[in-house]
Amino acid sequence: MSLGIGDVLVQLLNGLSYSSFLFLVAAGLSVIFGVTRIINLAHGSFYMLGAYLAVSLTTLFPPTVIGFWGGIVCAALVIGLVGVLVETLVLRRIYEAPELVQLLATFGILLVIQNVTLKIWGTEELFAPRAPGLTGSLRLFGRSFPEYHLVLILMGPVVLGLLWLLSYRTRWGVLIRAATQDRDMVGALGVNDRVLFQVVFFLGTMLAAFAGALRIPVDTINLQMDLSVLTETFVVVVVGGMGSVLGAYLAALLIGLLHAFGIMIFPKITLVLMSLVMAVVLVFRPYGLLGKPEGAARKGILAIELPIKPGSLSFNVFWLGVLVVLLVAPMVVGSYLQTVLIEILILALYAASLHFVLGIGGLPSLGHAAYFGLGAYAVALATSLLGVPTLTSLTIAAFAAVVAAAIFGWFCIRLSGIYLAMLTLAFAQIMWSIALQWVDLTGGDNGILGLYRSPAFASITAYYYLVLSICFIAVLIMRHLVFAPFGYALRAARDSVLRTEALGIDVRLHRWIALIISGGFGGLAGGLQALQKGGAFPDGLSVSQSIDALVVILIGGVQTLVGPIVGAAAYFGVKTEIMRYLGDSWQLVLGLTIILLVVLFPQGIAGFVKQRAAR
Amino acid sequence: MSLLQVRNISKTFGGVQALRGVNFSLDEGQLLALIGPNGAGKSTCFNVLNGQLRPDSGNIILAGRELVGLNARQIWQHGVGRTFQVAAVYGSMTVVENVQLALLSKGRGLLPVRRSTSHYFRSEALNLLEGVGMHIQADRPASILAYGDVKRLEIAMALANKPKLLLMDEPTAGMAPKERHELMQLTCNLVKQRGMSVLFTEHSMDVVFSYADRLIVLSGGTIIAAGDAQSIRNDPAVQEAYFGTGKTFEI
Ligand SMILES: Nc1ncnc2c1ncn2[C@@H]1O[C@H](COP(=O)(O)OP(=O)(O)OP(=O)(O)O)[C@@H](O)[C@H]1O
Ligand SMILES: [Mg+2]
Repeated sequence: MSLGIGDVLVQLLNGLSYSSFLFLVAAGLSVIFGVTRIINLAHGSFYMLGAYLAVSLTTLFPPTVIGFWGGIVCAALVIGLVGVLVETLVLRRIYEAPELVQLLATFGILLVIQNVTLKIWGTEELFAPRAPGLTGSLRLFGRSFPEYHLVLILMGPVVLGLLWLLSYRTRWGVLIRAATQDRDMVGALGVNDRVLFQVVFFLGTMLAAFAGALRIPVDTINLQMDLSVLTETFVVVVVGGMGSVLGAYLAALLIGLLHAFGIMIFPKITLVLMSLVMAVVLVFRPYGLLGKPEGAARKGILAIELPIKPGSLSFNVFWLGVLVVLLVAPMVVGSYLQTVLIEILILALYAASLHFVLGIGGLPSLGHAAYFGLGAYAVALATSLLGVPTLTSLTIAAFAAVVAAAIFGWFCIRLSGIYLAMLTLAFAQIMWSIALQWVDLTGGDNGILGLYRSPAFASITAYYYLVLSICFIAVLIMRHLVFAPFGYALRAARDSVLRTEALGIDVRLHRWIALIISGGFGGLAGGLQALQKGGAFPDGLSVSQSIDALVVILIGGVQTLVGPIVGAAAYFGVKTEIMRYLGDSWQLVLGLTIILLVVLFPQGIAGFVKQRAAR
Repeated sequence: MSLLQVRNISKTFGGVQALRGVNFSLDEGQLLALIGPNGAGKSTCFNVLNGQLRPDSGNIILAGRELVGLNARQIWQHGVGRTFQVAAVYGSMTVVENVQLALLSKGRGLLPVRRSTSHYFRSEALNLLEGVGMHIQADRPASILAYGDVKRLEIAMALANKPKLLLMDEPTAGMAPKERHELMQLTCNLVKQRGMSVLFTEHSMDVVFSYADRLIVLSGGTIIAAGDAQSIRNDPAVQEAYFGTGKTFEI
């Protein structure tokens, strides 16, 4: 393919237009994070709502310039108010809660919005009217370029300028900047921070909704928009530096242009390119282009910490009993229940592997699905391409996840807290997007189907025993490590990094190894899942897969070693029952349940019991 | 003979010059007090000494070895222990486990993975705890200790590596007067027993004047005076830095 000057120019303009769009979404996320320190997973949902509402309004309003733009602006404002409502009803109650709990709440909101959108607008893709007066194209050196995109290109710098005016020329702007730098200062300035947070939420969600609304003439509107926009937004915010609007702008430019030219040169791997850029930026600037190091941690992952000790006699007898029951179960129950038990065991292993870095290591990984999904794809590819037997494919899965964890972990150990959560999420989202985009290898949306287990494990009962033994051994290994000095070093680093370094313990090394171990077991869980389902699917890499592990741990209780196991059983039961009886309302109910659980039991079930017992 | 020599250390944070050309030395077996008003740069000086912060310029020589450029772990390996202004112990472990962990540390590599922590160094840890009078509380969670006990636990942890130099950032802050003197008496005994040196910061002049062998006064990031208690007390520059003019240490 030969590139004329026209092609290059058009790609440049495409890149700029895409940058502007990325910037609008990312700026909203960044502003909200800067002041409230909440990573809002529902940010993409407001973007989606903005788009849907804008389609309805522009269709409803007269097809004039005023009607069109009026519809877009109204949509943004209305969704901004929805954001305020959500802030007031849910998030306000959990500002003091541990960060992961907040995150979970925003995921609950995401689910609710998904379902409400589906109920209002249905599952069909929507197409919007085109912008009156801007339906034509420009001719540039023999190539055409849609006029509407020029508006999009302008919108980025215009909004950046407006945000700048807002922050430096208005009282609210000064307050927002002050709160971004030092939250305690807001109180000292005598400001009602409730109102401030509402204003910030309005601004942030409005920006997301505005971006969504602006895209309607050029995109199809569907229910996947919320999650697909999250990847790039998170990458932009991580690269730009969290809480920095100017940083978000620079990063959006970088990523947008890279995306545009990347498509020209390597159409398949724009995301790989994007992640490489992110990696390079983070090596030199761990907090992003214009980000500042996180101040002293405002609070831990957990509210309280108790020393761990080996379980009491009755505790051990109980768990021995559970093991015996699991061992004899196949003789008593049929294949359906065996399948259920397999799923619970896999979920428990997956959650326990996250708990190892999250509960013990204090590293809030939000992207654990990266390893789970990778393990699943590794098994699927090894089986379908190489035809290896089941046990070999599982070994390959664990190994692939270990390698990925070693690479991702190398970047992650430089960060902590919310920055780390963000980066892990970005890594997982990149893997997810690759699975969707690299259709030749991964089958894209459809995934890889038709996996068979080796004859020895073909029967459900044989596979059940394989899963049980792998999960049992893996959980025992992790438990052993937790009680060994290695695990103590992890907990030490979680309690106080400075103290631990001053004692001569290499915090980063321990964390890196922990991430690798955790990734390996996560990959193993993913591999087991693929063999159970007979295929690997992009869902295994999705945000909801990552969140699943988090929900399980939080239900079970972060501070207990058996929390992931208890949580897996509880969560699986609840989720399947909800899905069975509620059809497509399950997201709504699950979302609301998560929100309620989070508001009522920030310590989880097992944590709650342990705390009661400790009294 | 001087164990530690600090030469011309400077450190800036953004626009704030926390240390500007700090010079002092510390002899073996000496208890040296670093005093100065709030924000003088004392904690920054400690953070530079133990490798938590890298100075912009200057040298730190400990027993003939340059420390600038080494990280906290390497400096710990060279025999520097420290306690923090806001005591930092591991709340999620018992008292004795805190010390066991300190004893397990080797400065590099991973901690053991073979056996559970209870198998390592328990009796040594109990000995160290006995040295600071904390052995009775060995199996309590560190999170429920009284503040004075947390400080003593921190000292036991810092001693695990048999340091040549112990840095104590405000060891007696937040303590009752009686407790203060007990803690400082304990420190003096440890210095004698172990032949180590101590550099400590302190706001309580009572403590400083009773226990320090020598004092240095930091103000606005520079050393404005050095000497024994008597000469510091009467130094007009010190009085100026602390109280403006008019007041003295005799309160
Ligand atoms: N990490 C940092 N970033 C920016 N400024 C800092 C940092 N640490 C210290 N400072 C500044 O450096 C100066 C010296 O602080 P330092 O904590 O060393 O004082 P100090 O003598 O220990 O005070 P205090 O008696 O209150 O403990 C202060 O102005 C402080 O604000
Ligand atoms: Mg200090």
